[in-house]
Amino acid sequence: MNDRVEVRKTYKLFIGGAFPRSESGRTYEVHDTDDKFLANAAKASRKDGRDAVLAARKGFAAWSSATAYNRGQVLYRVAEVMEGRRDQFITDVQAAEGLGDKKSARVVDSAIDRLVWYAGWADKYAQVLGNTNPVAGPYFNFTIPEPTGVVAAVAPQDSSLLGLVSVIAPTVVTGNALIVIASTKCPIPAITLTEVLATADVPAGVINVLTGDPAEIAPWLASHGDVNAIDLTGVTSQDLAKQLEIEAAGTVKRVRRPAQPNWLTTPDLGRLASFVETKTVWHPIGA
Amino acid sequence: MTFEYAPALESRAIVSIAPSYGLFINGEFVDPTSGKMFKTINPATEEVLAEISEANQSDVNAAVNSARRAYDRIWSVMSGRDRAKYLFRIARLLQERAREFAVLETLDNGKPIRESRDIDVPLAAAHFFYYAGWADKLEYAGLGPNPAPLGVAGQIIPWNFPLLMLAWKLAPALACGNTVVLKPAETTSLTALLFAEICQQADLPPGVVNILTGAGDTGRRIVEHDGINKIAFTGSTEVGKSIQRALAGTNKKLTLELGGKAANIIFDDAPIDQAVEGIVDGIFFNQGHVCCAGSRLLLQESIAEETIEALKLRLQTLRLGDPLDKNTDIGAINSREQLDKIEELIKAGDAEGAERWTAPCELPKQGWWCAPTIFTNVTQAHRIAREEIFGPVLSVLTFRTPDEAVEKANNTPFGLSAGIWSEKGSRILWMANQLRAGVIWANTFNRFDPTSPFGGYKESGFGREGGIQGLSAYLQSANEGDDQARGTS
Repeated sequence: MNDRVEVRKTYKLFIGGAFPRSESGRTYEVHDTDDKFLANAAKASRKDGRDAVLAARKGFAAWSSATAYNRGQVLYRVAEVMEGRRDQFITDVQAAEGLGDKKSARVVDSAIDRLVWYAGWADKYAQVLGNTNPVAGPYFNFTIPEPTGVVAAVAPQDSSLLGLVSVIAPTVVTGNALIVIASTKCPIPAITLTEVLATADVPAGVINVLTGDPAEIAPWLASHGDVNAIDLTGVTSQDLAKQLEIEAAGTVKRVRRPAQPNWLTTPDLGRLASFVETKTVWHPIGA
Repeated sequence: MTFEYAPALESRAIVSIAPSYGLFINGEFVDPTSGKMFKTINPATEEVLAEISEANQSDVNAAVNSARRAYDRIWSVMSGRDRAKYLFRIARLLQERAREFAVLETLDNGKPIRESRDIDVPLAAAHFFYYAGWADKLEYAGLGPNPAPLGVAGQIIPWNFPLLMLAWKLAPALACGNTVVLKPAETTSLTALLFAEICQQADLPPGVVNILTGAGDTGRRIVEHDGINKIAFTGSTEVGKSIQRALAGTNKKLTLELGGKAANIIFDDAPIDQAVEGIVDGIFFNQGHVCCAGSRLLLQESIAEETIEALKLRLQTLRLGDPLDKNTDIGAINSREQLDKIEELIKAGDAEGAERWTAPCELPKQGWWCAPTIFTNVTQAHRIAREEIFGPVLSVLTFRTPDEAVEKANNTPFGLSAGIWSEKGSRILWMANQLRAGVIWANTFNRFDPTSPFGGYKESGFGREGGIQGLSAYLQSANEGDDQARGTS
């Protein structure tokens, strides 16, 4: 038998491209589905949430002005690096969700494939969601989708990797910056994903991952003046969802309400279109 | 230099106004259960035009029930082709009775007849014509095959473009197969009530369109009604936020078209005479009662003085007065309440140290009026640079570089529209890209078209009206509820 003592990992947050502990110094225990101790995950605080908003706003400036080709390549790169860590993700997802070998592999493969699918949209969605408009007058008039800005999301609680990736990819591919609160009870696949993001040329601040309790962190994000939209997909409490929507109204944030879809089905553009703005430009035509 | 004009009054004989109006529920005018009436007033004369019904809870219940029946039994199951034909009929009827609508709009709203005749009414008809053609082509709307309507839509519209806002709301909702309970603003109900007659003349099935008059309380009852599937609201950001809060935790969809504080940015290479026309169109069109008004003028420093002088000269030629006179450029302020709000912000501009200039024009003795007003030496911290005034008041700021122009233009919680004036193509496109606003007018301002989506970024709201994008406010994809439980918008 191998009697080597393994080197265990400290699980931290991912904010602005760095891996800080929670400023609160708090952690919480994470267990597998058999209740075996897996790790102490960082328990993010209100202040960590605010730090993440600052980082995301900086990330947004760079990311939204990058070319679509560049954004597509970066997301594709995330898929490449995930593929290299496929076994680790399968192990993580197995422990987190209690899935068998085959099911776990299917979930990880779907997550990687989903990233590739969305990566390809980077330089196409504007062609599908945008258009020129034949106005009744001598004007050239066109409509283009643009990223909404800083988006805060609560990731699905059960689908710790595929659901997470399915929330992240459509939001960031268009140029938004994201703060996502990972599944509370299974944060480890999300934390492994942050290590992928850090080595896949994703600019700092574009994707920020917090672990902890959404009921504690999300209200501060929903009421934050520099957050433009909230994605409540993973909110399981109706009361919390309602509270977050009320907070969001303070600055007229875009809200995507809670949902528990089958993440294995191929999505349509609805999720991607939730966090884009529509800009229409007019200019006179004349010789 | 002053030009004398002979009066050129549009005749009001073309429109007959009833002494009182009921609520339009299930295809008929009915008395309000409360028996309560309120007056609608011509803002140019303070003359009472008619008495309008105030809808209470049981009226709202009746209207929603009627809309639900019409949705279930008729409108949502009717072929798109037939829905289209009803909407085409409505477009044609509006064109046939255009002059009547224009005169009535001017009487009730106070806007110049030139604007109601040439802009509001023709554009309203055009909206119905545009969306009529969509009704049987919804599989091309971008939501996949067999997109479904949402159900009963509650629509609440403002007083600044009463008939046009009705058209923006009704046309896409009906084309997509929804039925509607619509509430016009309490000071401008008359063209909506005349539109009810159009529905009757078009033989639109009863209950497809219900029109409830009343004030904020009636609106709130519509918003909170359990039988409503979607709310579309155009109005103030404050009320928009309260509606968004009221819908929290429900399944109701929401689109909001709220306030604005648009920057109209003039670069030193812009043709000044054209830009001055654009500035005037931007802020003095419809007495400045325009959510996308170019209310913050950003002038490049080197041309600031020259432009302000040219603007003042131009404003001296604007004619303020009887809205029914075809020569009138500036009509009446819609209500006493709105005039008070404008005057309060003008006082705030004076108090905070901005320099005021008011166009020299005589204000009529009766009615509510505000002469075109310009404030210079305005800073970004001033209330008149931050708050929506919704009146003929322009705040002038300056900038040196394109970067500074972008920073100042975007320094607002709003994001509805913006204007750019420059002869340099690459700069226009760069600016258009940088400005966080839903509608960008380059070398023009305040242009509208049914094919062109309209709506805001940030606190100016979400969702779009007009164009193919306007359809998604009233449709859901067939697989919604799988991955695609959409958000509020």
